[in-house]
Amino acid sequence: MEESRDEGTGRAWFLAGMRGIVSLPAMILMLSFVGFCAFTAQAGAPLEQVIFMIGAVWALPAKVILVSSIMSGANLLTAFIAVTLSSIRLMPMVAALVPEIRTTRTPTWLLLVLSHFVAITAWVFAMERVQAVPRQHRVTFFAGFGITLVLANMALVALVYRFVAEFPPVVAGCLFFLTPVYFLASIWSSARHPVIYVALAIGLVAGPLFYWLAPEFDILLAGAGGGTLAWALERTWRKRREVRA
Amino acid sequence: MSWDDGWWAYLFIAIAGWLATDIWRWLGVVAGNRLKEDSEALNWVRAVATALVAAVVAKLILYPTGVLEQSPLWLRLGAVIIGTIAFFVGRQKPAVGIATAIAVLATGLLWLGF
Repeated sequence: MEESRDEGTGRAWFLAGMRGIVSLPAMILMLSFVGFCAFTAQAGAPLEQVIFMIGAVWALPAKVILVSSIMSGANLLTAFIAVTLSSIRLMPMVAALVPEIRTTRTPTWLLLVLSHFVAITAWVFAMERVQAVPRQHRVTFFAGFGITLVLANMALVALVYRFVAEFPPVVAGCLFFLTPVYFLASIWSSARHPVIYVALAIGLVAGPLFYWLAPEFDILLAGAGGGTLAWALERTWRKRREVRA
Repeated sequence: MSWDDGWWAYLFIAIAGWLATDIWRWLGVVAGNRLKEDSEALNWVRAVATALVAAVVAKLILYPTGVLEQSPLWLRLGAVIIGTIAFFVGRQKPAVGIATAIAVLATGLLWLGF
């Protein structure tokens, strides 16, 4: 393929994606992974399985739910349902990213492979930065960032796993807390649609409410019920605004 | 299953973790070529997806595991509320909200003698 000089080579854009590892979102994610590592160590998960889980699952909320399911003695089907329900959000995330990065010549198999590297951080990072990347190099740029982020976190957890158990309680507690706080801040600040704010607020209330009402299905009910309510509310407000305008 | 089940543990993670997450990513690729960006269906999926994650976040804050299990609820809620205020005062920069919430939690834990 011919490359125009001012748009750079594929290798240069892959490296540019890799350099995203020193960005703030990547740093926060790595600290969250140290926290996740402490969580798995406390749960008694062996290092090899934690590393395998990071490469295989990647999305942090899905891994937290998987580890919690295993700890509570869930069977394969129950664990699968809990994890898969928490991961439905990956579908619209990927669906929104694909039109931003593909060209008419991008093969679908490549998008299927690279979609594995989509999780909150990589998605937020890519949606923000691909605008500045020439379209024919966007898939390469995302691959450079996504693959580096996964491998770096696998290596990081391998390095720190032995030490997290000996962390002072305050450090272990703060690292655990980083995950929910980071999700809150990143979902709010990366939201591009009004319905996200409504759904975030309702989901925060619906989660504990359904945990109290029906603890076995709390996340599913909070997601389906709370999300539908949020969608209906936002839609009603939107229609009313349109009528007035 | 338990963690010492050998190959079964890996198969468990591959099915309940890998497959359970990647099917949505693959469907996302398929949908990304078809679903209209401004459709009402995508808006509903967005709302359900966000509410699901918000519910997970709320559970992590209200019912944490490990060290935080012994920490008082008012401290965890206080850290999130003060962090949220800082987030909005600091022009919605994630780093500001996160650093504030963690600083409040750390101060509280140290003060309580953790």
